[in-house]
Amino acid sequence: MSKLKDLGNDLYSGSKSLDIVGRRKVWYFVGIIVVIASILVPVVKGGFNFGIEFRGGSEFRIDGVASSSQELARDAVRSIEPASEPLITTVGLNSVRVQTEQLDDVASEEVRIALANAYGVESSAVASSFIGANWGADVTEKAVIALVVFLLLVTLLMALYFRTVKMSVAALMALVHDMVITLGVYALVGFEITPAAVIGFLTILGYSLYDTVVVFDKVRENTLDVEFSETTTFASQVNLAINQTLVRSLNTSVVAVLPVASILVIGAVILGAGTLRDIALALFIGIIAGTYSSIFIAGPLYVDLRQRERKFSPKAVTAKV
Amino acid sequence: MSVSNTVKSARKSLSWLLAIIIGLTALIAVGSLSDENASFTPKLALDLQGGTQVILSPLLLDGEAVTQEQLDQAVSIIRQRVDASGVSESQVITQGDRNIIVSIPGVPDDNTLALIKASAKLEFRAVLLTSAGTPTSAVDTGGAAIDGEGTPQPDASAVPDTPALPSAAPTDPSDLNWISAELRSDFDALDCAVPFRQAGQVDDPTIPLITCDVTGNEKFILGPVEVEGADISDASNGTVQTSTGASTNTWAVNLDFDGAGTQAFADVTQRLFPLAAPRNQFAITLDGFVITAPATQAVISNGSAQITGSFDQSSSKVLADQLKYGSLPIGFEVESQENISASLGSDQLTNGLIAGLIGLLLVVIYSVFQYRGLAIVTIGSLLIAAVLVYLFIAVLSWRQGYRLSLAGVTGLIVSIGITVDSFIVYFERVRDEIREGRNLEVAVENAWKRALRTILASDAVSFTAAATLFLLTVGNVRGFAFTLGLTTIVDLIVVLLFTHPFLQLLSRTKFFSSGHPWSGFDSKALTASGYAGRGKFRIAETLGSGKAEKASKEAAKRQTIAERKAQEALAAANKTGDN
Repeated sequence: MSKLKDLGNDLYSGSKSLDIVGRRKVWYFVGIIVVIASILVPVVKGGFNFGIEFRGGSEFRIDGVASSSQELARDAVRSIEPASEPLITTVGLNSVRVQTEQLDDVASEEVRIALANAYGVESSAVASSFIGANWGADVTEKAVIALVVFLLLVTLLMALYFRTVKMSVAALMALVHDMVITLGVYALVGFEITPAAVIGFLTILGYSLYDTVVVFDKVRENTLDVEFSETTTFASQVNLAINQTLVRSLNTSVVAVLPVASILVIGAVILGAGTLRDIALALFIGIIAGTYSSIFIAGPLYVDLRQRERKFSPKAVTAKV
Repeated sequence: MSVSNTVKSARKSLSWLLAIIIGLTALIAVGSLSDENASFTPKLALDLQGGTQVILSPLLLDGEAVTQEQLDQAVSIIRQRVDASGVSESQVITQGDRNIIVSIPGVPDDNTLALIKASAKLEFRAVLLTSAGTPTSAVDTGGAAIDGEGTPQPDASAVPDTPALPSAAPTDPSDLNWISAELRSDFDALDCAVPFRQAGQVDDPTIPLITCDVTGNEKFILGPVEVEGADISDASNGTVQTSTGASTNTWAVNLDFDGAGTQAFADVTQRLFPLAAPRNQFAITLDGFVITAPATQAVISNGSAQITGSFDQSSSKVLADQLKYGSLPIGFEVESQENISASLGSDQLTNGLIAGLIGLLLVVIYSVFQYRGLAIVTIGSLLIAAVLVYLFIAVLSWRQGYRLSLAGVTGLIVSIGITVDSFIVYFERVRDEIREGRNLEVAVENAWKRALRTILASDAVSFTAAATLFLLTVGNVRGFAFTLGLTTIVDLIVVLLFTHPFLQLLSRTKFFSSGHPWSGFDSKALTASGYAGRGKFRIAETLGSGKAEKASKEAAKRQTIAERKAQEALAAANKTGDN
């Protein structure tokens, strides 16, 4: 049988135990460093790289091109709009994407035909779009409202289920950790923030909390009667719960990350910029950060929040022993 | 719980699952006979199918809000226009609380696009003043005409019936007191040959409007809006009939007003009829331009009017269509127009599906590696989940017009992780129970009760996320949230009606219950530290005093009497085994 299962046995029985709660200062430190770095990256890089949905502009996609030379596209666009600074990206193996400032209907049709001629394709193979600058902003504004409502709802839901607000607080702190890191890595990689990426960020919300709830459910179970116990402390019961769910956490993360990684690889290598790649990157980082935070941040934080309560005070236990 | 009862309830659950699958399949099969929209192939959204998507946002004055009723009305009018242009399979929906999305498969022709884009806001205003569509001073001074857009001097004397400047506040919409000195000079300066309206300009309906007719031959000062296009219930063109019923060669446009429109129009004609030209005319404006300004020849109180003039068959048809379909309650502008190539969409779909399959394969390999024989349960559950999701999407695509988008497909692929997690939580619980020394059948029952609690709690979080996103967001995010919510529900159905009963039945087979090394519940491996032979185990010293009891306390609380008895028997057996 796999070593992981042996580890699972030992972790479950407590014969082998990772002192996760005890060393929480280390995990917090790692978490805080990464979070600070994630905040600094976009600041240093001068903000996020927003997609055309947020900037507004015209976009052309040329399909089935023989050569993906960017010079062809730049010359074609400048033949119509001399002052234009088009943004040209190769998408997939044989498509080119050209983004310009917003052009009017006539100019955009002219550019479309110029691009078709430049790449020697039928004009029907060139798709043109324009996107108003407030489109992405509209979507995001709605998403932010949804986010706030969701956080309130889920705080309430968790507080009711676990019978303590402190679990909600700890889970939300872990969530903030995941979100900031996801945004930070996204800025570092330099992918554009598109509505698809926003979807990815929102999914992280759900996933991060989902993951934490599973760990917390075991914590809840283990700490049910801990206040009456003379042999164990609140902290050690939480630590046991984290250890007992460690194999589950790892298995779940691997299973969740596998399809996402496969989308990310296929999306980034074959398809280039697009919905699949953007969502997959956000999820990939978010799931990894979420696994770390559900093991190393949420549980230990919960211990810190509750340990001050008199009934769980470690001193009371030592006094009895 | 007796053996046969467990098996019975497991079989019952599985039959329910079968019933759901057969029911959905039959529903679609029967539906596809009677309704062409029903099909086993879900409809694809524009990003996968290719086509044109136009997003319209309302033109509003500051502080003005658009009501849901206005939006719904606008949607149905635009849908009529698109359908009338012969495009099939188009989709017109509202996005959030202000925008309208028009999705047209394929590449629509320019006329269709123009028809959608035309905001076509129709208004009836009384005519106050009219003259030729050139700057008034140009009539007198040839120099100004050459200058074109120079600053022509207002020359009131050039206008035949010069009204006095306002002496009092206007009392009715035809009152010449509306015409202030400023309005007058603007009117005089207006040159219809020069574009004077901004695209998407919004006019205040409560004040007069200076504008030209669509040909640019004539310019007008019009009173406040009295009747709106939305008040027209029907419009058609036809030839004027004589009192004997014989048809003439004169083409006319026939108008019917709804209740509010009838009253308003009756008031207008009542007031205008006795007035002298041009004030007996009312102008019908479309997007701020006068399309016609007929003179009132009768007081019309029955809500049916006939407009005659220099119409031929086609021009009367155009006006009738404009009046009928042009009556949007609010003006719209195009916020974005996106042409999505079909090949790009299918590229993305194909590669997305390949990625999904690879991901699925990796998940299967990993679960075989981790859970050995139990992988049958994982794979079986995933297959059932896939079938259910597919059927649900096909039904929703038919009944609710749901379209599968790329974001939706991504949601489905991502949900593989969350679905499998439910099994992992369950299996790990079963293993925990076996580590406690229980035999497989008891372990499965105990583990199920604890796992279900966790699965319900975590799925509730997931579903809350999906529902919030679905209700509060727009566009792509919505499609994604929808699939996420759907798969969460399917996950619950599968865990309840397949995974658990299937595992219950499996736990009775020799392969699994004997803890075969390949069963995933290898009792030797699982209880390496505490195992002392089948049916026996040390309440491990390694566990610390009383920890094992405590850990199982909660499960004990939830046991049925029968289970508790079984446990006691087991505990007694263990005690003897230990001694």
